[in-house]
Amino acid sequence: MTLAIKVSGLVKHYESLVAVNNISFDVKEGEIFGFLGPNGAGKTTTIRMLTGLSRPTAGTIELLGLNINSDVKAKKLIGVVPEASNLYDDLTALENLFFMGKLYGVPKKERCKRAEALLELFRLQEKRNQLFGTLSRGMKRALTIAAALIHNPKILFLDEPTVGLDVMAARSLRKVIQELSYQGMTIFLTTHYLEEADMLCDRIAIIVKGEIITTGNPEDLKEMATKEQAMEFTVSNDASKLIEPLAALTGSRPILINSNTLRCIGATNDLLAHICKVVQEAGVKVIHINTVRPTLEDAFVRITGLSPTVMSAEKGGK
Amino acid sequence: MLDNLRGIWCIIAKDMKTYYLKPPAVSWGMVFPVTWTLAFYLRNPVDFKGLIPGLIAMTALFSTTAAEAVVINFELRLGTLERLLLAPINMAAILLGKILGGAIFGFIMSTIVAVTCALFLNFHVNWPSFFLILLPSLLAFSTMGSLLCLLVREVFEAQTLLNLPRFVMVFASGVVYPIEFMPRSLQIFAHFLPLTYAVKGFKSVSTIGTTSLPALHAAILLGFFTLFLFPAIKLLGKKFQ
Ligand SMILES: Nc1ncnc2c1ncn2[C@@H]1O[C@H](COP(=O)(O)OP(=O)(O)O)[C@@H](O)[C@H]1O
Ligand SMILES: [Mg+2]
Repeated sequence: MTLAIKVSGLVKHYESLVAVNNISFDVKEGEIFGFLGPNGAGKTTTIRMLTGLSRPTAGTIELLGLNINSDVKAKKLIGVVPEASNLYDDLTALENLFFMGKLYGVPKKERCKRAEALLELFRLQEKRNQLFGTLSRGMKRALTIAAALIHNPKILFLDEPTVGLDVMAARSLRKVIQELSYQGMTIFLTTHYLEEADMLCDRIAIIVKGEIITTGNPEDLKEMATKEQAMEFTVSNDASKLIEPLAALTGSRPILINSNTLRCIGATNDLLAHICKVVQEAGVKVIHINTVRPTLEDAFVRITGLSPTVMSAEKGGK
Repeated sequence: MLDNLRGIWCIIAKDMKTYYLKPPAVSWGMVFPVTWTLAFYLRNPVDFKGLIPGLIAMTALFSTTAAEAVVINFELRLGTLERLLLAPINMAAILLGKILGGAIFGFIMSTIVAVTCALFLNFHVNWPSFFLILLPSLLAFSTMGSLLCLLVREVFEAQTLLNLPRFVMVFASGVVYPIEFMPRSLQIFAHFLPLTYAVKGFKSVSTIGTTSLPALHAAILLGFFTLFLFPAIKLLGKKFQ
């Protein structure tokens, strides 16, 4: 299997700040690889180094075996979508695509063909002659991605592709990203949305404070969290009176989800019979038992030791 | 090489379309020198012919630098300049694209002014020599402008910084007062200003010409161009470290 991206010992200092601290990872060809981490983790810094916009303090980067900082060929192999949609406000959708095509030396005939195909892929045909500056946020995002694809790159870099988009726009964008992946494109994306990483990525690297804490496919990462098995019990009436007896049984205090539902961490199959007995003794009926599959969020919390709220903190304050 | 040439061309064409051939750049490049000159013309129509070389030089200066703060600082801020850097083009080509965009706009404006003066104000000029002076002037001014823009971050800072040499040169480079009549210290100072050589150059190629060689002025202006170019490329690189 060929490597699309090979990074080793990558470091970036901004004066005294260590934004990226000695990270190494590989991305295989055709993979969707996600960089998952909270704001300020060093995701953008990493993407900028990978794409040649910023010089690493140390470390090496290979893109399909080429060095982005010394080999012009490497630039033609990658498409980059930065955090902010940055096409030209004063050019129309089509003009923006043509401009990018020209810049990359795509021959005129092919440029037209690809621009049409991309407008169709992103459902922007009707907006072809509309100025970029007047498009909605979601359409701007879509066109910015389309522009990064005009020269048919082998690797696509996406920095927080769905940030700030409404649910529908985000969903249709993810669909396109998957579609591109099916067509064989390698995709490197960053995100601070756990569900997004879970839905899209073949493999994920969790990055916190400039360091990769772990790398694996979403299932593996979730597996790491399953040691804490949990069950949810929905009962016929007040569930709160079950808290004390169940805590004694499982050794961990259950969480009241609503007045009739309890989440019981540490409730394994072996304990099920005992639990049912306790419930019966309390004079309530079990309506529903659900084994809770750990989410990537559970895995994230377990792996990083961070509160899941760090991920939902949007940019702003700083 | 081919990639870079194509890149330069794309940047010029795009900047022309989106910035230069629009009202703000046209008005800044034209209106200011024209009103300025009109003021002098109305005061003293008889001696006005002597001001035409200065007027053309001033038009070249103002028009080339008219939109540079926008094509450079505004694009850096929006991140659109980054887009160029991701493309298979080197830093020098990007900057040259920006510089030549300004220079071509300056060329159009200055030529319009010169032709108008030739047609209506009896301004006689040796046209090949005129362009021998005009082209290096435009390169020198445009590169000076981009260098200053790259020294700062924001558009308004760049605009302010650009005004400094614009106005200093208008007063100290012999546009209005011949340098020969200025105090000695200012005469020396004038030698360090590119506009001085543009004014002298345009005088030397018109009938009111002094005896000095146009080629010499052209060479000095080219010198200014290279002098400004290399630090400007360095500064642009520094923005992406
Ligand atoms: N140009 C810069 N100069 C100084 N510090 C920076 C610069 N860019 C990023 N940083 C810092 O580096 C760290 C990582 O930032 P970034 O890569 O943008 O994080 P993320 O994209 O994961 O949110 C942050 O602490 C940020 O403040
Ligand atoms: Mg970021």
